[in-house]
Amino acid sequence: MRLSAPPHPTTPGLRRVSPVTERPATRWLLVVTALVFLLFFLLMPLAAVFVEALRMGIGPYFAALVDPDAIAAIKLTLLVAAISVPLNLIFGLCAAWSIAKFQFKGKSLLVTLIDLPFSVSPVIAGLIYVLLFGSSGWFGPWLAGHDIQIVFAVPGIVLATIFVTLPFVARELIPVMQQSGTDDEEAALSLGASGWRTFLKVTLPNIKWGLLYGVLLCNARAMGEFGAVSVVSGHIRSFTNTMPLHVEILYNEYNFAAAFAVASLLAVLALVTLVLKTCLEARGGPGVSSSGRP
Amino acid sequence: MEIQVHDIRKTFDGTAAALDGISLTIRSGELLALLGPSGSGKTTLLRVIAGLEFPTGGSVLFDGDDASHRTVQERNVGFVFQHYALFRHMTVLDNVGFGLAARPRANRPAKAEIRRRAEELLALVQLQGLEHRSPAQLSGGQRQRVALARALAIEPTVLLLDEPFGALDAKVRKDLRRWLRQLHDRTGHTTVFVTHDQEEALELSDRVAIINQGRLEQIGTPSEAYLRPESAFVFDFLGSTNVLPVEVRDGRAFFAGCPVPVADGIEAGDGHYTLQARPCDMMLAVDRQGPGLGGIAEMVRVSLGRVRVDMKVGGLARPIELELPMKGEGWRELQPGQSLRVRIDRYHLFAAP
Amino acid sequence: MSARAICSGWVRPSVMPGFGMTLGFTLAYLGLVVLIPLSAVMFRAAGLGWQDFLALATDSRTLAAVRLSFSTALLAAALNAVFGLLVAWVLVRYSFPGKRVLDAMVDLPFALPTAVAGIALTSLYAGNGWIGQFLEPLGIKVAYAPLGIMVALTFIGLPFVVRTIQPVLHDLDAEIEEAAATLGAGRARTFRKVILPVLSPSLLTGFALACARGVGEYGSVIFIAGNIPHVSEIAPLLIVIRLEEFNYAGATAVAAIMLAISFILLLLINLIQAWSSQRMGRA
Repeated sequence: MRLSAPPHPTTPGLRRVSPVTERPATRWLLVVTALVFLLFFLLMPLAAVFVEALRMGIGPYFAALVDPDAIAAIKLTLLVAAISVPLNLIFGLCAAWSIAKFQFKGKSLLVTLIDLPFSVSPVIAGLIYVLLFGSSGWFGPWLAGHDIQIVFAVPGIVLATIFVTLPFVARELIPVMQQSGTDDEEAALSLGASGWRTFLKVTLPNIKWGLLYGVLLCNARAMGEFGAVSVVSGHIRSFTNTMPLHVEILYNEYNFAAAFAVASLLAVLALVTLVLKTCLEARGGPGVSSSGRP
Repeated sequence: MEIQVHDIRKTFDGTAAALDGISLTIRSGELLALLGPSGSGKTTLLRVIAGLEFPTGGSVLFDGDDASHRTVQERNVGFVFQHYALFRHMTVLDNVGFGLAARPRANRPAKAEIRRRAEELLALVQLQGLEHRSPAQLSGGQRQRVALARALAIEPTVLLLDEPFGALDAKVRKDLRRWLRQLHDRTGHTTVFVTHDQEEALELSDRVAIINQGRLEQIGTPSEAYLRPESAFVFDFLGSTNVLPVEVRDGRAFFAGCPVPVADGIEAGDGHYTLQARPCDMMLAVDRQGPGLGGIAEMVRVSLGRVRVDMKVGGLARPIELELPMKGEGWRELQPGQSLRVRIDRYHLFAAP
Repeated sequence: MSARAICSGWVRPSVMPGFGMTLGFTLAYLGLVVLIPLSAVMFRAAGLGWQDFLALATDSRTLAAVRLSFSTALLAAALNAVFGLLVAWVLVRYSFPGKRVLDAMVDLPFALPTAVAGIALTSLYAGNGWIGQFLEPLGIKVAYAPLGIMVALTFIGLPFVVRTIQPVLHDLDAEIEEAAATLGAGRARTFRKVILPVLSPSLLTGFALACARGVGEYGSVIFIAGNIPHVSEIAPLLIVIRLEEFNYAGATAVAAIMLAISFILLLLINLIQAWSSQRMGRA
């Protein structure tokens, strides 16, 4: 053996592949297959929205957006989100606080019930309010007698939106609050802080990224919900049309360019949501859960 | 199976060399310990031998054959991972039989034979009756033995163990250590294990290879390494030491101009050295006026079976530690704050850094 | 506030404030928004009487719609199980340009309103669309056919599978793959015998989640489906049609069947998770 030999050069070739990965050719094939799949199922639909929206040119695009019906739909969408998101935020905080900071019987059942709206078809979410508040529903006659309109009106849309977006904030906050435990709060309480002050100064800073994350997802769904809202809206132009419903009406009238123009606004909203979500995930680190469900 | 490691180098992207030209020979049938502090590269060396990591340079020879071109699957090494890496979805029996079932169809034993061999090995590692448990239902020591049986099942050319006792508590560790030694003596596999625990390495192995910063410091029997350390690092690593910078002139050592009283004469040539001595090799000079390294007692403590004294010496940042036998003399009167003198019975001189 | 609760022993005493208020609000809100309205469907269905319910539920159009919803959801979820696993694998294991963007894009079906997805997919797969123009000459009709429903449900379900597998794959201990390699197993065998069994609970969970979502999906499907009764009419659409006919009993019957399917799937998901945590132990 030549002890004075120079260091052996690295031998090239396939044998140098680490035992816990695949050969370059296999890797390449897998990546390309995945990319092609994502191209067909994610990127092309997204691109189609913008291409179809601009098919008739820039002028008709903006004309579709400033159409009075479109403006009304945008306003209603914002209104619905402005009501339902804060309500679900308060609900999420209350639910997460009671579930994460206390031990009580029936807790896992409660968690399952909070998740329930995710497993229910949005159409059923709309249907239940029609069955309750519609003209032949349980409260229908009473509501008609007092001249209150819930179904086929804005309150119904808000209710249906609240239903489908109810779990978002709660399910983000529960794990975050559980992780941070109760030590910090108990320390603050022992130092004489009031319960409310403890929440504002100790708990809230700990959960802020998770909170924003939940609100972000809640808002995206609130603005984009279609099925549930469609059932309770009654499709009355300028009055009970949200943006997704307006898209449907325009599309069914074969006014494709206008439908895609309004749709492109919603697509931009989705992209903004994704960007913010990615930022929050980078920022919140382990605090922000990337749970499997929406 | 004799394994020759020849001038192995390994650099990970953008970091200092993890292995910086290591050459050593693992003799057939021996139990060799790779000992070193964490980050010394000992685990990397083990993984290079196994073929789990590819060296940047150098070669590994199995019985004289260059193994560089052989994949980990082809090397047929038994590897026991630090955290065992048991397959949690399989029973103990299926874990042990995995390697046999994974053989190419041509030399794969029949199902019944695989089962019989796995049961035999479980008996060898004293886990009869646990065949159908899942790894999650076992204690740490039991998992360790399953991992060992699984590695032995493929009739490995060499058995490689990465920190085999690292994840176990102290009591189980000692038992398993003794048991592993007996198992080795019975089966005679060439075995290499990585450890950062000096006691473990010295007690268990036939030979110890001490590795520091990607280099081999010394390889030899435990007593050679302990009694004849070849470097300051080895001496320091194999137990607590007192370090004294000295100057040697005419066969005598001086610290800060004063002669240092050592048991025998100094054979080193003139120059600057680092003198190292174990706390138990320092003796109290009973005659306080006689020759000795002088200092002030900072702390005197009776601990299990011996007396510990910290002595502050002017010019040294750390106090000199002494470990005196209980039955020795002179320590009973010793109080903190008193001056004292010590002789050095046994020491090692290393060239000053 | 919770003195009574402490006495009755169902809540562990704690110095933390606000239990009564927050739990009270949670239960009231959940009850008013979700539980009472949902139970209305059940009461309505029960109020129909067994005979009537059975007649409505076994109506051939209803059966066809439920069967279509269920089978397309199953097929789409199966497709997603394969490609979702592939996408998750590629995103976790390999590096390639644009990976971070693609990783973020996987959530697009969550974020994009379903109606937008529906019209976009329809325009792609219609006879004159980017993709449809190549498929039509081959005799493959996607838009306005059951195949279109599958495409829409595949789009909707993808993130469920990817996002349930991804964390498990990410946390997968590299040592078990190395162990398999030292024992002589090749890459394909390691994948089949070691990696896949570890992933399978999350794969099944993702599959069930995608399936549950697919069964109830409405917005993305109705544009592309064609909505021909008995052929490409999904169950949620039938509910809407019955409602528009003011046939509340008919709508309720379909809804009750679908709720039952949802609950079975939900139960299944919980069973999978209980089974996997038991099998994998906590070690």
